Amino acid sequence: MSKKYDAGVKEYRDTYWTPDYVPLDTDLLACFKCTGQEGVPREEVAAAVAAESSTGTWSTVWSELLTDLEFYKGRCYRIEDVPGDKESFYAFIAYPLDLFEEGSITNVLTSLVGNVFGFKALRHLRLEDIRFPMAFIKTCGGPPNGIQVERDRLNKYGRPLLGCTIKPKLGLSGKNYGRVVYECLRGGLDLTKDDENINSQPFQRWRERFEFVAEAVKLAQQETGEVKGHYLNCTATTPEEMYERAEFAKELDMPIIMHDYITGGFTANTGLANWCRKNGMLLHIHRAMHAVIDRHPKHGIHFRVLAKCLRLSGGDQLHTGTVVGKLEGDRQTTLGYIDNLRESFVPEDRSRGNFFDQDWGSMPGVFAVASGGIHVWHMPALLAIFGDDSCLQFGGGTHGHPWGSAAGAAANRVALEACVKARNAGREIEKESRDILMEAAKHSPELAIALETWKEIKFEFDTVDKLDVQQ
Amino acid sequence: MPFQSTVGDYQTVATLETFGFLPPMTQDEIYDQIAYIIAQGWSPVIEHVHPSGSMQTYWSYWKLPFFGEKDLNVVVNELEACHRAYPDHHVRIVGYDAYTQSQGTCFVVFEGR
Repeated sequence: MSKKYDAGVKEYRDTYWTPDYVPLDTDLLACFKCTGQEGVPREEVAAAVAAESSTGTWSTVWSELLTDLEFYKGRCYRIEDVPGDKESFYAFIAYPLDLFEEGSITNVLTSLVGNVFGFKALRHLRLEDIRFPMAFIKTCGGPPNGIQVERDRLNKYGRPLLGCTIKPKLGLSGKNYGRVVYECLRGGLDLTKDDENINSQPFQRWRERFEFVAEAVKLAQQETGEVKGHYLNCTATTPEEMYERAEFAKELDMPIIMHDYITGGFTANTGLANWCRKNGMLLHIHRAMHAVIDRHPKHGIHFRVLAKCLRLSGGDQLHTGTVVGKLEGDRQTTLGYIDNLRESFVPEDRSRGNFFDQDWGSMPGVFAVASGGIHVWHMPALLAIFGDDSCLQFGGGTHGHPWGSAAGAAANRVALEACVKARNAGREIEKESRDILMEAAKHSPELAIALETWKEIKFEFDTVDKLDVQQ
Repeated sequence: MPFQSTVGDYQTVATLETFGFLPPMTQDEIYDQIAYIIAQGWSPVIEHVHPSGSMQTYWSYWKLPFFGEKDLNVVVNELEACHRAYPDHHVRIVGYDAYTQSQGTCFVVFEGR
């Protein structure tokens, strides 16, 4: 039925608050935690968020009538209390599929977390979760290889991958850097990693690094008889330079490269993931800048959304925090989003922070990477939390060993395998952690020294961003 | 103490992937790991290769994968039969997971020389 043009400012809720709406399977659903300015009713705040993140603007405009906005508009269909928080509430919004370009995470985020976050009627706004419909997921490339293919390429089964970041993170020449890589890999690590800050600085240009690292990887592989790799960081100033670095890594016959998906951007990331799929290259993903966006409990984007976005944009490994190390992240929340990286279906579970059922269909899984302030004593807990489809990375916990990086690597490898063996044999590895590690150390002087070196180091700070549950 | 006396020399070792850094397992420990494979619902697979070919993707199957085998003793007997037939070969056991089309686990039981 045609409508008449009625100029002026209408309340958002007249158009965008639709509590009777039943979301479609093809709708993209979002849950926002909203904190409005004082005196603004919840329905009006929620409707404003729906409007500003989809078709609406502050004033009625004549050109709206050229289309069928009822078809294109986002709708707030539910409002819920936030447990234990009187000033905020959850708004559930459904967006029709046709609002988004196929396969474009950039486009989804530009809409959902665009202008609306600066909206004056809101004091804070946080995107807690997105339910991506299967119809959208099927348009995304996803992980270039996925967990199963990565295991087959690296020949690692029945345990987490073991890695470490090369330190010091900045300042080494290419040749010295390659030496540290060699030491770690010959000592028993599977993978080493460029620090995210390492791109192509004056002290070490990227080509220099790539060549020496390639030599180190090949030598370690030859000497140990195991498959080795190093994440060569291809994050660069421009997409053209990023591809040039990726091509060179391939020329050197390296198995894996790396990208920083938030600072580099989703468009660059999706492009590089497509390149990796085409060229048989594994892709490790770092998440620098995430804590700026995801740490505040009332404003920004929760990491579970950023993790889902990465699985769709493409990556074979993603950093997820460690729960037990030096960086923020509680156990239940972390389990909630690592499920979304690895499983093919994740049910709604508020105790893990998952607001929706999420069906991933045939999309491959992403390895969860635990890195940051972890050492051998954490090994049993890390294995219990992250399981086998993870990559455990010890930086200081490798290079800080009194005998050097190779011995540090061996200590971690012994500890990891001892924990896996004990778990498989039915032991409770978290409860018996001390016994398991001490037994293993009897056969490994490297582990005995590592246990002694790091025995007092703990990072026991309360998390800033907690799940919203009644305390 | 002088530096040299506190720092050990770490010598590179050639290893065969998972459990390569642990001392050889006792018979009971190996049984525990096989029981774990069976309990996960994975199919036991026995593979062997001459040590010179240990980095090949494909090792030779011993017979065929033991699809659906639940009896620990059957698996142990087959492992031993494989080792007797190829005493100089590495023999490994795989827990094959048909759902993920991947190996739930895999480790070398007998090292050839």
